[in-house]
Amino acid sequence: MMIPILLGVSLVVFVLIRLVPGDPVVLLAGEDATPEAIRSLREQWGLDKPLHVQYLTFLWNLLRGDVGTSIRSGRPVVEEISDRYLNTVNLACLSSAIALSIGILAGVASGTRPYTMMDNLSMLVALFGLSAPAFWLGLMLMWLFAVYLSLLPAVGVGTIGHLVLPSVTLGAAVAASVARQTRSGILEVMRQDYVRTARSKGLPENTVIWKHVLKNAMIPVVTVAGIFFGGMLGGSIVVETVFSYPGLGKLLIDSISSRDYPVVQGLILIYAVVFSLVNLAVDMSYSYLDPRIRYE
Amino acid sequence: MTIREKSEYVQVRSIGELHLVWYRFKRNRLALAGLVALAAFIASASLAPIISPYDPLKMNLENNLALPSQDYFLGTDELGRDILSRIIHGAQISLIIGLVSVGVAFAIGVPSGAVAAYKGGWSDSLVMRLMDILLSFPPILLAIVVITALGPGLFNAMIAVGISLVPIYARLTRGMVLHFKEQEFVEAAKMVGASDIRILFRHIMPNCMAPIVVQSTLNIASAILSAAALGFLGLGAQPPTPEWGAMLSKGRVYLRAAPHISTFPGIAIMLTVLAFNMVGDGLRDALDPRMT
Repeated sequence: MMIPILLGVSLVVFVLIRLVPGDPVVLLAGEDATPEAIRSLREQWGLDKPLHVQYLTFLWNLLRGDVGTSIRSGRPVVEEISDRYLNTVNLACLSSAIALSIGILAGVASGTRPYTMMDNLSMLVALFGLSAPAFWLGLMLMWLFAVYLSLLPAVGVGTIGHLVLPSVTLGAAVAASVARQTRSGILEVMRQDYVRTARSKGLPENTVIWKHVLKNAMIPVVTVAGIFFGGMLGGSIVVETVFSYPGLGKLLIDSISSRDYPVVQGLILIYAVVFSLVNLAVDMSYSYLDPRIRYE
Repeated sequence: MTIREKSEYVQVRSIGELHLVWYRFKRNRLALAGLVALAAFIASASLAPIISPYDPLKMNLENNLALPSQDYFLGTDELGRDILSRIIHGAQISLIIGLVSVGVAFAIGVPSGAVAAYKGGWSDSLVMRLMDILLSFPPILLAIVVITALGPGLFNAMIAVGISLVPIYARLTRGMVLHFKEQEFVEAAKMVGASDIRILFRHIMPNCMAPIVVQSTLNIASAILSAAALGFLGLGAQPPTPEWGAMLSKGRVYLRAAPHISTFPGIAIMLTVLAFNMVGDGLRDALDPRMT
């Protein structure tokens, strides 16, 4: 199942990069290159061969872990990516941790006391969190904490302090949707018989909620975990640009604006592969949470 | 019962259902607030040239980065343009972005999902595998990929955002058509010799429209957000277009001296998206109370 999709993804990326207006060889050789120089470059890169041969070469190189060479820096794309991926992983991990802990806590707080002030307030905040654009939230946090209060660094990377504002910005929208999903999951599960059983056998309310209710209430949350992750992956592109954070997203936007297409191609492939793998993992985690779901 | 009476009965019932939806919608205060905000947004979008106090493109370098004042209600930007006028004109652009992107997604996604489900077999597999490929990109990344190929710009951004929403429509429509095509009324239509196209578009599709409309309201919200993000990244609307995301990205440079440049366009995006989300949620709850 995964392999045909990944082949399709590689084909889409291959075709799209070739649709880009402008000749990549001219870009590579410079505006004032002689026709001979351009022709020899074209031969050297295999761009004079028919498209299907080019695609097969592209695939073969992919399998060997060769995604090409950056036009801007002249270094292999793999090196450019491996220099920065850890920054993006750190950002993603911290913001997932923030999003999940705040989201689940707020969702449980609302779901166990539906239609109270607390519930209405946190759901209104969640609705605002879902609607606020990440780049705006990031700028506002940057203004408040870095410019006005001078508590945290505004841009760059290096310390934990540099990670705080980008992770909060990136985690906000996900926290909001986790809170909403958790709340409706809990409302759904609280009505069921086994919850009444758990209560009537004298279990403390906290045990009922955190051990009995939450596990089943989390199934709809996990169902959309892939969507959350996709949102985060996409959001990181925006958030890294806001905070000039040297991760993969910033590299993508910089490479698009400097027309460094080999890097763009490599990054898009990485994003798509990681995203597909996460979705596969999400699919497989259903049967752990709900043993009634089985895969042949 | 004569035929005439029966048709009257059907008519009364369908009006009753709409009334019921409106009745349920009306009780939801959040949804009503969203509807009011939405009306204000559409009004300012359509009346932009009349109600905006200044020309959104007119520069006045002597009075740039001015704080909000009586003359300039929300202040001026780095080139001395009135921010309020730019936000009002930006509403127009955002409304067009939302409608065009969702229109593109609808026009591609709904027919392909419907035909895939109705025909089944290899056409179903083909369409769904294509959608799987599109779904292996996070939505905003898919839009960025399309922009890379088409080149930056407002119109290309609308197409890109529209394409990133196609799989949502295709999957939703397919699911519903799969459900309805087994129903008795479809069999009845086949018996009287209706063509496949007629059965699909006259008999099955009208039953699928309610969830699609709800989805579209929510999709307009996410289309406006994505297009604003593209504008912020410099891949969407280009200066001097008063697009909200692009306005924000200029404000980033002047965050220290003039934070109001980025504050107000962001609030405009948030309130607009919030309004569409609240109306969408309200519609969903009103159409199908079981889904809450």
